[in-house]
Amino acid sequence: MANYKEIIATYKDKPGGIIEAFHAIQKEFNYIPEEALREAAKAFGLSEAEAFGVATFYSYFSVKKRGKYIIRVCTSAPCMVAGGDKLLEALENYLGIKLGETTADGRFTLEATECVGQCQGTPVITINGKPIPEVTPERIPEILSSYK
Amino acid sequence: MSVTRSEVAKAYEKLQTQAKKKVESLKEKPLVTVGTATCGRASGALEIFNLFQEEIKKNGLDVNVMEVGCMGHCYAEPLVTIYKPGFPSLCYGSVDEGKAQRLINDYLINDDPCFEFAMAALEPNDFFPTFADYPRGVYEYKIVMELCGLINPEDIDHYIAHDGYAALVKVLNMDPDDVIEEIKNSKLRGRGGAGFPTGIKWELCRKAPGSPKYVICNADEGDPGAFMDRALLESNPHQMLEGLIIAAYAVGASQGYIYVRAEYPLAVTRLQTALDQARSKGLLGDSILGSDFSFDVKIFQGSGAFVCGEETALIASIEGKPGIPSHRPPYPATQGLHGKPTLINNVKTLSYVPHIIRKGAEWFKSIGTPESPGTAVFALAGKVKNTGLAEVPMGTTIRDLIFYVGDGIRDEKKFKAVQIGGPSGGCLPESALDLPIDFDSLQEAGAMMGSGGLVVLDEDDCMVEIARFFLDFTQKESCGKCTFCRLGTKQMLEILTDITKGKGNPEDIDLLWELAEDVKAGSLCGLGKTAPNPVLTTIRYFRDEYEAHVNEGRCPALMCKDLIMYYIIPEKCSKLCDVCIGSCPTEAIYTRPDMLKAIDQEKCVKCNSCLVACPPQYKAVIKISPPRPVEEGEMKQDE
Ligand SMILES: Cc1cc2nc3c(=O)[nH]c(=O)nc-3n(C[C@H](O)[C@H](O)[C@H](O)COP(=O)(O)O)c2cc1C
Ligand code: FES
Repeated sequence: MANYKEIIATYKDKPGGIIEAFHAIQKEFNYIPEEALREAAKAFGLSEAEAFGVATFYSYFSVKKRGKYIIRVCTSAPCMVAGGDKLLEALENYLGIKLGETTADGRFTLEATECVGQCQGTPVITINGKPIPEVTPERIPEILSSYK
Repeated sequence: MSVTRSEVAKAYEKLQTQAKKKVESLKEKPLVTVGTATCGRASGALEIFNLFQEEIKKNGLDVNVMEVGCMGHCYAEPLVTIYKPGFPSLCYGSVDEGKAQRLINDYLINDDPCFEFAMAALEPNDFFPTFADYPRGVYEYKIVMELCGLINPEDIDHYIAHDGYAALVKVLNMDPDDVIEEIKNSKLRGRGGAGFPTGIKWELCRKAPGSPKYVICNADEGDPGAFMDRALLESNPHQMLEGLIIAAYAVGASQGYIYVRAEYPLAVTRLQTALDQARSKGLLGDSILGSDFSFDVKIFQGSGAFVCGEETALIASIEGKPGIPSHRPPYPATQGLHGKPTLINNVKTLSYVPHIIRKGAEWFKSIGTPESPGTAVFALAGKVKNTGLAEVPMGTTIRDLIFYVGDGIRDEKKFKAVQIGGPSGGCLPESALDLPIDFDSLQEAGAMMGSGGLVVLDEDDCMVEIARFFLDFTQKESCGKCTFCRLGTKQMLEILTDITKGKGNPEDIDLLWELAEDVKAGSLCGLGKTAPNPVLTTIRYFRDEYEAHVNEGRCPALMCKDLIMYYIIPEKCSKLCDVCIGSCPTEAIYTRPDMLKAIDQEKCVKCNSCLVACPPQYKAVIKISPPRPVEEGEMKQDE
C-alpha cells in the first residue's frame, strides 16, 4: 500500500493538486484518513479546517473509515421512481445497517449517491464504482455473494 | 506561418492512409464487435466479449473481435454486430451466453446469420431491415452519434479513417477569426443547458486581453437522467477532443482541461488513451501536425458535487477550492481559470465543431429549427420502452420522441408526464406532447433543455413526489452561498414533504409558488435560479394532484406511502396460495379462518413485496388511497 505522504508529495507543486491528491489517497485507502488530511493541509499551505472543508464539500470523498466494498444506491429521481427507495430499504434490511454505516465485518459500507449516469437501467447501485443496473430486492443476495 | 498549408495536409494524408489501410483490413475477414460502454458492461458485455474471444480461439477461427462504444440502444445491451464478407452487417440485441454460442456455431462457423434474433442491419440489403426501416429511423438524425458504436474508441486510427481530425487540418490553414466566423454563422448553441451561442462566446474569449488562455471541456454531467456525455466520451472521445483543439486554436489557448466526473471511470480511461494517442500522432502537444500551433490537455476529475458543473464553480474546483459559484460578470471568457480568459464548452457542443468545420455552417443550419439549428441528443429514461440515447433534429416533438423513437410506455401503462432537463427543468403533461423541442419552446413551457435528460413518467408516478425528489436533489447540492437558495429550497422541501405525508394545508400550494418565485429571483447561479422549475411546472400542470393530497389526504398515483394502504381483495385471493405470506418481512399477512389472506395494517410497513409476489392470475393485492376501512365485497367490481 502506497504511503499517503508519497502521494501528497507527487501532487504538491501542482496548482489545485489537493483534489487530485485526495482522489489518489481515497483510491488507495477507500477514504481519506485524518493524518493524511493533516499532511495535505501542511503540504498545500492550508489550515486543517480548510483542507477538511475541501474534502467534505465533495460528496465523492469520505473522511470516515469505510468497508472493503462500498455500495452506493442511486437516490436521484429517475432511480427513485423505478423503486430505488424500496431497494435502499431492502439493502438496509439485508445488511442489517443503516445508510452511511459499515457492516460489523468491515465488508460493506452503504451509501447514497446522486445519478451515476446509468439511467437507462434504473434503479442502479454501484459497488466500488462498478454500476449494476436494474437491481431488484430479490437480486440482492445473488449480487452481493460475489463480493467476498 | 513557418509551414505551408500542404505540409500540414501532407502530414495528415499520411496518417489517414495508414489508418484507412488498418481499418479496411479488419473487415477482410469476419469481424465481431461488442458494445462495451458502461451501459453494455453493466449488462454483461465484457463477459460476452471474452466468450467470443475464447470460443474463436478454441475453434481456430480466423475472426477479429473488437470493442466499440454505445449506439444508443441501451435497452438492448449487450449489443453485438457481426460483419462477415458476403453477408449484410447485422446487429444482435440482448446477447447472452446462449445467443453468443449460437452466433459462433451457426453464423461464424457455418453460414446461418440467425435472422430470428437479429435486430437490424447496418446498411440496406435484400434480406433484413435496417435501423432506418423502423419508426425510430424516420426521426433519428445522427451527427455526433454517427460513429458511436461503430468504431473502436480506444484506437485513434478508427476515428482518423472516418475523416477524424480533417477539420483540424482545415482549421490550421485558416485564420482564427474565420474559424470563429464559421461557428458564429452556424448558430451553434451550447448544449450544456443554457443554449448560449457558441461562436459569440469564442469571440469574447479571443478578444479578451490576457495570457495564457485556457479552454475547458465540461464533462461534469450531473443532471439526474442524463448520460449522453458519458456515452459520447466512452464511444468517440476524439470527436470532442478535435473540437477542443479547434476551440483552442480559435481563441488562442495553449492549455486545455477536460473536467470529467470521477463517477465515470471508463470515460476517464478512454479519454486518457485518446490524449496519449493524439500526442503520439502529433495531433496534440508541440507544433501540432508540424504547424506553429501548440496545445495540450489535462484531465481533471470532478468529485461528486453537482454545482461544479456550473462554470465558475468548475473553475474554482480546478484551482483546488470548494466548488462554489462566483458572481458573473466577469464571465470566464474574460476572467476565468487563474484569472485568465477561459472558454468553457460542453462535451456535445465541442463534438459538433468538427462536423460544422468540415461540412459548413449552411449544412448545419439546414437541420433543426432556425433559432436552434442542428440536432439534439436526448437520454430516454423512466417508463419508456426503449431507454437509451437518441439524436434527432431540434424541433422534433416530444410525442415523436417518446412514442416513436422510444416505442411508447412500458407495460401498457398510461403516459402522465415527461420530466425534461433534470433538476433545472420541468414536468410537462400530455397536452405538451406536440411541442417541438428546442431551447426556446421549452423555456416558454416552464421547462429547460438542460442537458437533454428525458424521464418519462406514467400513471403510477405522483407528481408531488417527483417535484420533491428533484428539489431534494437541488437542496442537497446547493452550495449554501445564497440565502434564498439555501433556506428557500429548504422550506419548500419541508412543505412538499408535509404534503406527501398528508400533513399539508390548503394555503401551502400558493405558498410554494411564492417561495419558488423568491428563490428564482434571489439566487446567484443557475442552480438556484432554476431549482424551483420542477415545483412550478408540477403545480402549473398538475395542481389537482396537489389538491388531492392536501384536501383529501389522497395520492392519486398511489405512490405516497403515508397516504396509501395495502389490501387483499377476498374475491380475488386464492385460498390455496400463500406466497404473499412468505414475501412479507414483518409477518403482517395472516390466513383468515376461511383460508383467505388478509393484512394486519398495524404491522404493515408498505414495502410492496406482497403486491409483487401475488401471482398475476390473481392480482389480489391492491393499494388504496386514502387508507380507510374496507367493507367486504366493496372492491368486487373494481379492477
Ligand atoms: C448548477 C449547474 C450545473 C451545471 N452542470 C453542467 C454540466 O454538468 N455540464 C455542462 O456542460 N454544463 C453545465 N452547466 C452549464 C455551465 O455553467 C456552462 O454554461 C456550460 O458548460 C457552457 O457550455 P456550453 O456553452 O457548451 O453549453 C451547469 C450550470 C449550472 C448552473
Ligand atoms: S438516476 Fe440513478 S443512475 Fe441516473
